[in-house]
Amino acid sequence: MPSLLVILPLLAVLLLNLPLNFLRRLAQPAALLFAVYQALFALQVLPAGCTGCPTHERWFVNVLDPLTSVLLLAIAIVMFAAVCVLRATASDEKHGFNALNLMLLAVAGMNGLVMVRDLFSLYIFLEIASVSSFLLIAAQRDMGGLEGAFKYLVMSALATMMMLASIGLLLAYSGSTKFMVVAEALHAHGSHGYLLTAIGLFLGGLLIKSGVVPFHGWLPDAYAAAPAAASTLLAGIVTKCTGVYTLIRLVQDVFGPAVATQQLLLIFGALSVVVGALAALGQSDLKRLLAYSSISQVGYILLGLGVCGSANKFAAQLGVAGAVFHLFNHAIFKTLLFVNAAAVEKQTGTRDMNRLGGLAQKMPITGLTSLLAMFATAGVPPLAGFWSKLLIIAALWLAGLHGYAVLGIAASLLTLAYFLSMQRRVFFGLLRPEFAHVREAGWALTVPSLLLAAILVGVGLALPWLIGSFLLPVKGF
Amino acid sequence: MDPNYKIALLENIILMAAMLLGTLATAMLRQFIKAAIALAFTSVVLCILMFKLAAPWAAVFELSVCAGLITVVFISAVSLVRPATEEERAAHVRFKVRRYFLLPVVLLAVGCGLSYMPVRPLPLLATTELVTDMRALLWGPRALDLLGQILVLLAGVWGVVILFKEET
Amino acid sequence: MNLIALFMPFGIFIALMAVVGLYCLIVTRDMLRILLALEIITKAVTLLLIVGGAISGQMALAQTLVLTLIVIEVVVMVTAAGIVIAVFKHTGTLDVRRLRSLKG
Repeated sequence: MPSLLVILPLLAVLLLNLPLNFLRRLAQPAALLFAVYQALFALQVLPAGCTGCPTHERWFVNVLDPLTSVLLLAIAIVMFAAVCVLRATASDEKHGFNALNLMLLAVAGMNGLVMVRDLFSLYIFLEIASVSSFLLIAAQRDMGGLEGAFKYLVMSALATMMMLASIGLLLAYSGSTKFMVVAEALHAHGSHGYLLTAIGLFLGGLLIKSGVVPFHGWLPDAYAAAPAAASTLLAGIVTKCTGVYTLIRLVQDVFGPAVATQQLLLIFGALSVVVGALAALGQSDLKRLLAYSSISQVGYILLGLGVCGSANKFAAQLGVAGAVFHLFNHAIFKTLLFVNAAAVEKQTGTRDMNRLGGLAQKMPITGLTSLLAMFATAGVPPLAGFWSKLLIIAALWLAGLHGYAVLGIAASLLTLAYFLSMQRRVFFGLLRPEFAHVREAGWALTVPSLLLAAILVGVGLALPWLIGSFLLPVKGF
Repeated sequence: MDPNYKIALLENIILMAAMLLGTLATAMLRQFIKAAIALAFTSVVLCILMFKLAAPWAAVFELSVCAGLITVVFISAVSLVRPATEEERAAHVRFKVRRYFLLPVVLLAVGCGLSYMPVRPLPLLATTELVTDMRALLWGPRALDLLGQILVLLAGVWGVVILFKEET
Repeated sequence: MNLIALFMPFGIFIALMAVVGLYCLIVTRDMLRILLALEIITKAVTLLLIVGGAISGQMALAQTLVLTLIVIEVVVMVTAAGIVIAVFKHTGTLDVRRLRSLKG
């Protein structure tokens, strides 16, 4: 039942806060259990779509298309990892418990977000996920967290106002906020200036939410300042759901692949790919580097989506499939990198890469999985990230956008460059004497690392099966 | 054009002009408390406007929650932070004059630009599913919004718990 | 019926209010005033939703949307005010120019 994915976290939050002490100890196991349930549910519906799901469902009817199922799976995996990180890093029980409740609320918001088919409900669930994230960032009440949260809040509020303005304009025209009704109405007079304004406002809001260059100012601050578990959830899935997923969903289901939309996506995508990668090269804080890397990878997803309106139908389909696949892969490898960043910070007490070094001897699992994640991000075969980038670049090339395709390949080398620099400064090289007694992080950090690394390798190797069964069925145009 | 419609439109325009003045006052008044009250005034005008546009329920909400509760939030917030010193106030005034002189120019440009912008007519679509009963809508097709509201409110409760609770 | 003719008188005022809010958001340096600026924009958008409902005849729908919007607006504002007060307890100032610890 799809509704359970929203209602169960809500019930969990309510139950866990009953004034009974033993319930607090159940909180983390309950959250992990929910993540496993959601992952199994998503895997079950992934190949088949919604053919078997009940029809008397009240709130979410016929929503389990491949795009939604992939996102549900990604949310479940990232949530699992984030709860593990929370267990390992929470400063005390009270903070840990607060953060866990907010995580459950954020997950409920994201699950709703990927399942709704109504513009205004989309806004509500977007706001649930966002408010929970502001609080997750600010939860320790340290200066950095408060500042990151405030910046995120202001940019996010601005973005949602743009989306609401667009909803208002579309409501005046179509008399509804349902995806299908609005899409049909737009189909009739899509090129009118009034409607283009509405579409532009919505897309602009989503670009801010995705942290695309030049609207990326808030993103590194929010990621770097958040407590470890919060930044795992935030970087892994929250900004991907609230920004990129929504962009894909709306371009696919509502706004359609207009030429202007396509140009917008391509230009901002290319800008993010390049600027994000260049900025990552200059970072010395591990989490900030990962944040800029996120901006760059989101650029790839936009590039893939930008092919959607191509006259070459195959290229369009390939581009969207690549975008969705990269969205999933990015959730996995960025989560893995943030889990490892949490492990490094916990064991050494710093994130400054200039003060680290040689940790691979002391933390072999963290070092090895970081290396894997890094190769996956940069697109080294046969890891998962290689295939998704290949799909995107092939789609760009087939659609005749050779310049963008070359740019994508070149930026891939930049990705490799900044990650190699990171790997050299953190895990390879000479071990500093003050870290002589550093040990591998506990199971709560190594188990999710190994799990995520296994997914990266597994998805890469299983690609021939995946591409036929659910990548291409992701709706083309 | 229908004369009744014209009169109604004129009234709406006067109300919206009052609202615009309210927002200007909110943006530019020197004392924060006065600015917050100007925002409440804007809300009250918006409430009247909503009432005139046949949205009584939304109007009541706007009046009680936005004009009431949010003003209280702002005024409590500003009373919890230290009031500015005279020196800072003076610096603030100089800063205001310097920073806000462009605003009328921008407003005029946007206003004129929009008024004289040639726009092709766009036909109104006949709405297929007209629901006039708000209660039926809220508890029927839009019940999901209520679930969303519960979740948002819970997040807000956690916000208050986390941000306002004194460390022991 | 022409939508543009019905919408434009409202649309211009809504746009002007949003411009006032945006301008205030950009030039102000006080964190609480940033929130006031966001509120100004919210007022403009609330009016836009109601006007949207009035033009398309979906007044009931527009009202339910505005009700939800107001609830969310309050939650966001309370959260934001909480963050601002917590920042003030740390630094003793609300000037965003002092919030530079994360630059880079």
